[in-house]
Parts: sequence; structure tokens; C-alpha cells
Amino acid sequence: MINSFAFFGALETGFIFALVALGIFISFRILDFPDLTVDGSFPLGAAVAATLIIAEVSPIIATLCACFAGAGAGIVTALLNVKLKILHLLASILTMIALYSINLRIMGGPNKALLGVETLLTPLDSLSIPYYILYPLAFGILAFILLLLLVLFLKTELGLAMRATGSNPRMAKANGVNTQAMIVLGMAVSNALVALAGALFAQSQGSADVTMGVGVIVIGLASVIGGEAIFSTKNIFLWALACVIGSLLYRLVIAFALNGELLGLKAQDLNLITAVLVTLAIVAPNIKSAFKKANTA
Amino acid sequence: MIEISALHVIFNPATPLENRALRGVDLSIPEGQFVTVIGSNGAGKSTLLNALAGEVSASSGRISLANKEIGSWPVNRRAPHIARVFQDPLMGTCEDLTIEENLALAQARTKTRGLGIAAKRQYRKHFMRKLKGLHLGLENRLSDKIGLLSGGQRQAVSLLMASLKPMKLLLLDEHTAALDPKTAAFILALTQEIIKENNLTALMVTHSMAQALAAGERTIMLHQGQLAIDVSGDERAGMTTQDLLDQFHKNHIDVDDDALLFG
Repeated sequence: MINSFAFFGALETGFIFALVALGIFISFRILDFPDLTVDGSFPLGAAVAATLIIAEVSPIIATLCACFAGAGAGIVTALLNVKLKILHLLASILTMIALYSINLRIMGGPNKALLGVETLLTPLDSLSIPYYILYPLAFGILAFILLLLLVLFLKTELGLAMRATGSNPRMAKANGVNTQAMIVLGMAVSNALVALAGALFAQSQGSADVTMGVGVIVIGLASVIGGEAIFSTKNIFLWALACVIGSLLYRLVIAFALNGELLGLKAQDLNLITAVLVTLAIVAPNIKSAFKKANTA
Repeated sequence: MIEISALHVIFNPATPLENRALRGVDLSIPEGQFVTVIGSNGAGKSTLLNALAGEVSASSGRISLANKEIGSWPVNRRAPHIARVFQDPLMGTCEDLTIEENLALAQARTKTRGLGIAAKRQYRKHFMRKLKGLHLGLENRLSDKIGLLSGGQRQAVSLLMASLKPMKLLLLDEHTAALDPKTAAFILALTQEIIKENNLTALMVTHSMAQALAAGERTIMLHQGQLAIDVSGDERAGMTTQDLLDQFHKNHIDVDDDALLFG
């Protein structure tokens, strides 16, 4: 089993990456737009927040700026796709690659340490509850507030138009939806969430690093697909909730696999485990329905 | 009032795949007229509808709706004035959304969308009353995903969605062609009822000449991207499909194989 320290650590990271999962839920599921920008917008959020915090900007404003930067990255990808007609996957890869250079520029180097400066989390340290319980709690509350806001948005006229854009663009247009604008808006919101996660992750880890975005897309997908495989996606609230819980489960499974002595897995096996988990999550529903068929036949 | 003048649509111009789908169509439809459109495969029926809806852009020519030049408008800008039912029953609705959400989406066709809740409680009664008129029992299934419905049911809902808000033109693109005969008859009757009730200006493409003559007040036939026949009023009343074919042959002596035309 894993110790409580590793458990709370997994929850903390899980709740931060729940924001990534929600972002990927918007791009992959709502808009049907496979978006790899996130591998660049996650460290972008971290870079912007860390650089501004070190420049003594208040942590709240620094974190908000990170969100706007992420939204900008999403808008660039969306415009490459809808205006310049570049295939969505390729458009997102182009933005992701460009962001690598931009992140280096922002930080003026490959990384930025946040030691001894005030971050969003500093006020929490003065409370009497230990930080390893308080941090996951704070990130958890934030994740659920954003989840509720997102679900609420998806029920508005604009949100419904966005869902129709991803599900049946021809029909959406025939009903007066400006599908291009919907893709731009959705990608902005999606990458703003991912950049927010990056900003929070940098502040919780104490540093931003240009390589911290590598594989964020796979972790996000693991959360979304894993959550969908295990939980109900009957309505939009349950579906988004499944993504958040999927993110937590992913972290717990990873923590279990790496901390438990019985499997003999080490930190370097992380990406291998992730790939296996995503594969399992993708084929699990097929296996489940195959069993069902075999039983009824 | 719809005015189409010298409308040309050329796909893949100046390439070996060049296809002149419409070659100078002139058509004027007064308000409240129900026009049926026939023609063989490749005659340009769907292209004409797509050009009106804005999915296909004209190579040259003009399209005006209520004295507004709409030829350069994208589909979503035309949508507040033009409603549409597609041939594929799965195309007109969003299968991931519930019946109520689909109707709410159509309810917002004529307005600018904002941050108000889409499926408002006050719409629900209205939707239920409309659904009840279909006699399909859908009024109690508002929160079911529309993907659970049959093709015929979905097409009925599509039709309802198209007619939910006022429009200047209704486009029906062989919307009964993919349905079984009984369901097709039901959808056609529903279409006529809705058009009559709301006094709509409508353009209905159909493969069946009998249907084209039975429904609506005017029938046009397209052939090789041009208007071959345009009949209405007394001339059309009492016309049989044979009369229609005879007239077509009189105008186009070069075509002598009916099977080629209406196969």
C-alpha cells in the first residue's frame, strides 16, 4: 500500500491535473478537436505565473495572466485551423512547438525557481492544518467550482451551440451557429484551464520548467478516457465529473504502482504505466460489451 | 420573395474534375409559394438548395431574399431567414443532445446566442405541445438523447425544429427519401400541414414525380444544371407524370431514355 503522504500528494496533483482533464474534455469531447497545444500551454501557464511572481506581481494577477496566455495559445491553434484551414492536429502541434521557444523567452532560461517568494499557496501555510492536507483540499475546491461553472456554461445558449459545433457542425450552422467562433472560444477556454493548471502546478512544486509540459496531453487523455470507462457519462455534469475523478484515479494508480514494492516499478516506468493505463481504458468498454454479448447470446 | 438570377456553380473550376453543376438558373419565388423540385441525379437539385442555404458558393449570379443580396453570406448568417431539413434523418439533429436541447438549439436559430440557459423552463411547455402534435409520444421523452430515436422520429423532430421559429424560406432536401414508405407518407403530410399552417415559402426536392405534382403549387424540373420545366397554376392542375415527361421531351429532344433521367 502507499503511505498517507504519497496519497495526499497524489490527490494534490490529481486535482491540479483535473483542470487539464476538463480542458481536454472541452477540446476532445465537446469540440471533437484533438488538441496537442496543451503540451505547450501547460508550461506556458507555469512560465508566465512564475516569471510574474518573481517580478513581484501579486500571485492572483500572475495566475490570471497565465490563464489569458493559455487562452491566447488556444486561440492561435483555433485560428490556424478555421482561418488558414490547417488540419486541427497539425495546427495544435505547430502552436505547441512554437510555445517551447516562447516559454524559454518568457522565463529567460529553461526554468524558474519560486523559492522564498509569496505564491497563491503562501496564505494557506499560516493555517494550523498541515499543508499536505490543505493543498489538495484547496485545489479540490477550485476544481469543483470550475467543474460547476463549466457545466453551467455548457447549458447556456452559447454552450449548447458549442456542443452542437463538435457533434454536428453542418446542423449547427443551419441553426445559425457561427461554428468558427465556437471553436475559437472553446479552444481559448480549454487552454486557459490547462495554463491555470500549469500556473498552480509551478506554485505547488516551487518551480517552472520548460520541459514540464511533456506528456501532459497523454495524462489528460488518460484521465478523460479512464474516467469515461469507469463512470457514467449519461449527462454533461456526470461526464465532466468523470473526467475530474479520472484524473484523481490516474494519480492514485500511479502512486500505487510506483510506491508499492510488490510490482518493482520505478519512477522511470511512469510513461510506460501511463501508456498501458490509456490502452486499458480505451479497450475496457469493448471488452465489457463483448462479455455482455457473450452472456446474452 | 426569392430572386435567383443567372446562377452558376462550378465545382473544381479549371481542373480535369471541373463540374458545372448549375449553368445559369433564373428563378423567382413569390412569398408563400410551395415549389417542388425534380430532376435526375446530377441535375443540380441539391446544388441549388445548397447554394440557397449558403453551403455552396456561387461562381457567378445573384441570390436575393426579401430584397437583400445574400449570395456572399455564410450559412450561419442566412440561418435566421432560411430553415432547412436534410435528406439524412441523422443530419438534422444532434444525436449527443437530448430532444429538449435539440429543440432549444433550433429555438435560438433567429437570435444572437448569449449566456442565458438554453433549455428554459418556459420553452418546455411549448416544446411539449409541439411534440404532442406529432402523435409519436415524444412529449414525455424530452430528456432522452435524440440518438435513441428512429430515423423517422428524428426526421419528424427535424421538421418541427425547422418550423419552430419564423423564416422566409424553408428548404427540404429529399427529406423523405431515406424513410420507409409509411413513415415517408407521414413526414410528407406533416410537411404540407406545417407549410400550410404557417404560410411558408418552401422549396422541396423530391425524386418522385408523382409526389412533386401532388404537393405544392408549382413544380420545376432541373436538367444538366438548367431549368427544364417550370409549371404552376392551371397548367399544372391535373397534370400527370406522363404529361410532365412529354413536355420534357418536347423541350429536350436529345434525351430519349427515361430510365436515364429517373432511374
